[in-house]
Amino acid sequence: MSQQQMVTLDGNEAAAYVAHMTNEVIAIYPITPASPMGEWSDEWSSLGIKNLWGTSPDVIEMQSEAGAVASLHGALQGGSLSTTFTASQGLLLMIPTMYKVAGELTPTVLHVSARSLAAQALSIFGDHSDVMACRATGYAMFCSANIQEIMDFSLIAQAATLESRVPFLHFFDGFRSSHEVNKIDKLPVDTIRAMIDESLVTAHRERAMNPDHPIIRGTSQNPDVYFQGRETVNPFYAALPGILQAQMDKLAKLTGRQYKLFEYVGAPDAERVVMLMGSGIGAAEEAVQQLADQGEKVGLIKVRLFRPFSPQHLLAALPVTTQKIAVLDRCKEPGANGEPMYLDVVTALSESVTEGNMATMPRVIGGRYGLSSKEFTPAMVKAVLDEVAKDKPKNKFTVGIIDDVSHTSLDWDPSFKPAAKGVTECVFYGLGSDGTVSANKNSIKIIAEETPNFGQGYFEYDSKKAGAVTVSHLRFGPEPINSTYLIGENEASFVACHQPTFLTRYEMLDKAKQGATFLLNSPTPPEKVWDDFPKSMQQQILDKGIKVYVIDAYDIAEKTGMGRRINTIMQTCFFAISGILPKDEAIAQIKKAVEKTYGKKGQKLLDRNFAAIDATLAGLHQVQVPGQTTSDFERPPVVPADAPDFLQRVTSTLIAGRGNELPVSLMPPDGTWPTGTTQYEKRNIALELPKWEEDLCTQCGKCPLVCPHAAIRAKVFPAELADSAPGDFLHAKVKGKDFPEDYRVTYQIAPDDCTGCGLCVEVCPIRDRKDPKRKALNMLPAEERHDIEQPNWDFFLGLPEYDRTKLDGHKIKHAMMMQPLFEFSGACVGCGETPYVKLATQLFGDRMLMGNATGCSSIYGGNLPTTPYTTDPEGRGPTWNNSLFEDTAEFGLGLRLAVDAQNQQAREMLIVLADKIGTDLVDGLLNADQSTEAGIHEQRQRVAALKEKLKSVKAPEAGILASVCEHLVKRSVWIVGGDGWAYDIGYGGVDHVLSTGRDVNLLVLDTEVYSNTGGQKSKATPMGAVAKFAAGGKPTFKKDLAMMAMAYENVYVAQVAFGAKDVQTVRAFLEAESYPGPSVLICYSPCIAHGVDMSNNLRQQDMAVNSGHWPLFRYDPRKIDAGDNPLHIDSKRPSIPYRDYLASETRFSVLNRTHPDDAERFLKLAQKHVESKYSLYEQLAHLAWQKSEKPVEKAD
Amino acid sequence: MDLTTKYLGLDLKNPIVPSASPLSKSVDQSKQLEDAGAAAIIMYSLFEEAITADTETMNRFLHHQDTGFAEIGESILPDWQDFSTGTEPYLENLRALKEALDIPVIASLNGVSPSGWVEHGRELQEAGADALELNVYYVAADIDQPGNVVEERYLEILRTLKNSISIPINMKLSPSFSSVGNMVQRMAAAGADGVALFNRFYQPDINTDSLRLQPSLHPSTSAEALLAMRWIAILYGRIDNLSLGATGGIHTADDAVKLLLAGADVVHLCSTLLKNGAGQTDVILKGIEQWMEDQGFESVEDVRGRVSALAVPNPAEFERANYVNIIDSYSFSPGVMV
Repeated sequence: MSQQQMVTLDGNEAAAYVAHMTNEVIAIYPITPASPMGEWSDEWSSLGIKNLWGTSPDVIEMQSEAGAVASLHGALQGGSLSTTFTASQGLLLMIPTMYKVAGELTPTVLHVSARSLAAQALSIFGDHSDVMACRATGYAMFCSANIQEIMDFSLIAQAATLESRVPFLHFFDGFRSSHEVNKIDKLPVDTIRAMIDESLVTAHRERAMNPDHPIIRGTSQNPDVYFQGRETVNPFYAALPGILQAQMDKLAKLTGRQYKLFEYVGAPDAERVVMLMGSGIGAAEEAVQQLADQGEKVGLIKVRLFRPFSPQHLLAALPVTTQKIAVLDRCKEPGANGEPMYLDVVTALSESVTEGNMATMPRVIGGRYGLSSKEFTPAMVKAVLDEVAKDKPKNKFTVGIIDDVSHTSLDWDPSFKPAAKGVTECVFYGLGSDGTVSANKNSIKIIAEETPNFGQGYFEYDSKKAGAVTVSHLRFGPEPINSTYLIGENEASFVACHQPTFLTRYEMLDKAKQGATFLLNSPTPPEKVWDDFPKSMQQQILDKGIKVYVIDAYDIAEKTGMGRRINTIMQTCFFAISGILPKDEAIAQIKKAVEKTYGKKGQKLLDRNFAAIDATLAGLHQVQVPGQTTSDFERPPVVPADAPDFLQRVTSTLIAGRGNELPVSLMPPDGTWPTGTTQYEKRNIALELPKWEEDLCTQCGKCPLVCPHAAIRAKVFPAELADSAPGDFLHAKVKGKDFPEDYRVTYQIAPDDCTGCGLCVEVCPIRDRKDPKRKALNMLPAEERHDIEQPNWDFFLGLPEYDRTKLDGHKIKHAMMMQPLFEFSGACVGCGETPYVKLATQLFGDRMLMGNATGCSSIYGGNLPTTPYTTDPEGRGPTWNNSLFEDTAEFGLGLRLAVDAQNQQAREMLIVLADKIGTDLVDGLLNADQSTEAGIHEQRQRVAALKEKLKSVKAPEAGILASVCEHLVKRSVWIVGGDGWAYDIGYGGVDHVLSTGRDVNLLVLDTEVYSNTGGQKSKATPMGAVAKFAAGGKPTFKKDLAMMAMAYENVYVAQVAFGAKDVQTVRAFLEAESYPGPSVLICYSPCIAHGVDMSNNLRQQDMAVNSGHWPLFRYDPRKIDAGDNPLHIDSKRPSIPYRDYLASETRFSVLNRTHPDDAERFLKLAQKHVESKYSLYEQLAHLAWQKSEKPVEKAD
Repeated sequence: MDLTTKYLGLDLKNPIVPSASPLSKSVDQSKQLEDAGAAAIIMYSLFEEAITADTETMNRFLHHQDTGFAEIGESILPDWQDFSTGTEPYLENLRALKEALDIPVIASLNGVSPSGWVEHGRELQEAGADALELNVYYVAADIDQPGNVVEERYLEILRTLKNSISIPINMKLSPSFSSVGNMVQRMAAAGADGVALFNRFYQPDINTDSLRLQPSLHPSTSAEALLAMRWIAILYGRIDNLSLGATGGIHTADDAVKLLLAGADVVHLCSTLLKNGAGQTDVILKGIEQWMEDQGFESVEDVRGRVSALAVPNPAEFERANYVNIIDSYSFSPGVMV
């Protein structure tokens, strides 16, 4: 046995470690929660880390999972050892090729962080829906339950696939296992080498395609032999369980860890047995052990090998005393007679009885649990074991939810808790940006790697990107920790609140146990802080005898030069008062960790971290808890009292973090949710708010344009309405002749919805000549402005919208008077994408149908609890759906086809019914000019008249016409997504949709990386930019999507950057929408992935344009008709060195640190490239065009 | 032909010294400069402000990436840890250049704080720099600050540094002093071993689309070299033990020769190297040699200062301001009757 090396890592890293060590070609594609496996592989190869055979695997990112698995298939057929990683719909995209890989008996391991599938809604969290869809592919399905198993099983799978020739799908639960940090025994390279039989690797190579020994595979077979051919593989599948068990036994000899295909734990004479696979085993084992210790005859079968399903091994594992079995599946197959493993177990047992291997059939029930990482606790396992004990147990039950519709759910008693053996449990509430999670991961490393203790960390993240909240669950103890569920009520001995505002938002002390310690970061001095606690929290402190500590971490951070980084400070507090390690030792360890991180980064960083640690110890105070409650306030309701009923009953519970309590009956059955709900989720996260100076303002409208969250708005209104305004409400006489003389204008901020990004102030071009620091907008501390602006905002909302038919959208000032129908999304502070989306809704929102590709825009656009698309006073607004990632262009085209078809039908019916309806109205409806807002308004009035008329028309066609007549009003179809969609996975669809000539508008929000999945390289990533999957810098140029689209000649194409030239952006949006064929708007969208403060969003757009990285242009095919050149360039020749642009963004500048020679080489190439690219566009724009003889193809 | 010259107490094989430019970031390109004949090399400037910003940027965007968003987690840029920030990359580069080159390597420092100058100056000396050029990049934008305060700032930095390090110090100056000659003299008195005349600054420009400021730097032209030429000609031979380096606008052998004639010990090349590559050093050197041969000069020493203020019959010509020259060009030659 080799020397043990205990490490702390998460499941993804554990799998990637073995995969990288035992493969030569790694084809990757980002998808949550599997992306980190590809990221590790890419990073390790770029660092030159070698595999078993002394070479760094070739890691290649593909355009989709389908591409990844296909190139893997090729690499395998070419004789390399190859792997890939994926999850969810990504795995489904691999299925067609998986049949091929398996059919050809090709050894490979596919590692899957198992995740829910998008059905009624997308979910990134863990269950087995994805892998279960693969059970007919011919892949062996092998499941790990914890981090140690993930590393071990990755290796066992690799060894077994080489020996059996059956490809393996090795899976573990997304997030719960893929992202859980735990202390494990790292497999030494020698052990890995000992498990991989070189002769089998050679055999794999010898079977490969090689022109020196040519073969043919992939033939086409006919009815005469296909069937027999399919049956040839049976012996390989029959042998596999034995091979896998032998490899498990081999690993046991090398490591001491013995695994079984079906592994039994519990009472030796168990009568009731629960069976499941995956992380739920951790919770189940604790429950079963506890009950068995109490004398109950219960047991657990841990299922490791699901395909091929081996009844023989199952039977061998099952105690002969077993009378009742409950099989738990972590997936849902609607309409099936039970979920997959349940059916397999029933079949296996029934067969065993039939074949005489078993005397009587145990009673078996099946149930579902844990979909989308739903909590699965020992208490739920007990509920299952209790249920199966009943004479008439519920079959096809659910556990973990309240199903009051089909009544499938089992009740469970949350108070059932297995006795923890010396385990300390700690919970931390933090903001995403305050570094709480990183600090906790660091603490686990310190405790688990520097002491004999074991440690486990699991992290609850947010679906919001601005002001995201995290909850960290940490366990420490002397034994390995496999409690695969969150720390529950009355369990934590340490609870930390890293943000003072959380006191009135979260019920943190529910988790605290008797005598626990509570640590609060607050600027309130220790002697006064008691009064900041809501009454119920004070009562909990008194009831549970909780010790309270307070520290002003932000003050210490500020004074020690840490800025707003409080992670080291809060970590120091944790070690100082939790007693997990002796205080001095703990402080020494934190300093050691700081030294390790910052040693090469400059003395200043080290010094200030050390200073912060020392200052923390001096600034940490225990609060003298009075003997009674003193507060008279409670947590405020999460949604206002005037919110609609659904929000009161459902959404408010989600916002409060109690969504688990909602029963099935309150869920919409088809995934339809109300729109316009972000307005009720008042988040109040800004530290600073803008204040408008109405005397200086020129009313240009730039501030509402750039606001990523629609939190600054303009309205024009009759002067007399101002009479009832709050005293502090600001307004000014509206400038310009376009508005009535006596009208007023206001630019009002929404104080609860502003994120304080400061872009509105940044863009404001107006300064006070007497005081140039004073702009027409200025950021002020939120506490000075919030309460003043709140009534102003309420008043603003009550002001009527200005008649949009009187506004000219070409003028920014006018366009910004239009109501944004996309507001207060969860996008990042300073987001570069949302201003484009918002602009589209202002200009066209009342007639928009949106198909949105999965990605940032679908998450801030459609993630619960609240969603940002909303309606105008008439109730009109964007109607929105997210189909998938890859299919959005086609999905959007489908929307177009649907509205066109209904429009066509309505037109035909109008003609049929012309006499009954009246020819004037019919003529008006059929020949309406809807090119202007006024034209659309008139058509809507005609449709209203038509509907009225149809009520009295007695004809069968009247009903049909009534159901489709709304589509006589102009429809604006928008297909929205990021560069990952448009350049990579969805490009085939984008290309096809453009080729159809149909009237759709593609909005490409180009952040130049896969932003939502964490910043992976796409084909839009510029040369030399560092991104995940391009840790060594992207070596190729950005794809020119615009040029490709222009090649069609009948596609409207524009490249825009609102921060560089807003007028051009607005013009391009209007032209694209008015163009009656396909349009593509490629929008430069600065992103946090660029490594730049988003308050510089606008400057970065300017630099991108001025450096030539992002030339602005519009290509309008309508000009061809007039004999003009369709291309017009809107930006000047590159005027600043490309170097200056690169230097301003960390995604580029970091390469100077890590790969300086490459950085310089890329820079030179890129500089030349931007110059020649501009020249090319310039030449194209100056080509002489002849008047087109053939008219541009039009959709209708 | 003897091209040797003495500069900052260093014996150089010729008077061509590439000035601070990105070329010195690469050992390969520096080696090419040496091979093309460069007599010494001044490294790109170590900007204290840039180092601080770089350290903070890397710290913020690489070490503190936590988002709290489930799909991104703790990093959105690759989580590189094993690289240096601060002065370490510069020092590594300096050590590599010292290792690879035979010619002297002069480090260049641009600080903002007194402690920064001293701390970094020491680090550069320890890393093996043969001399140190101080690039005091300071725009006196505070209109309440009199010129003498600005001047004292320069002198104070120089004196402090002189007390802390032993290698020669060269001061790279801007022409924005009311009395350039006096300033140079005081620099020498405060311990400067040489001066480089003159620095060129980035000038902000206004973007008329966005109404925002943007930096701009245009490559120099030969015309700009005349500014340095005048001042070197005036200073030549007037201050003991002070090397005179000419910088800004030297593109051709002709430019270089003019500056040597004015009295420069060395001429610095930058824009021309960025534009034409390291080989331009050789072109200029050969041009100087050819010119010397044509003119019958044996050594650079012979050439130096031949047309300085000390050497010309009418030194006042160096003091004439522009408009005088213009008027003068239209004056009639004395021997013609009118």
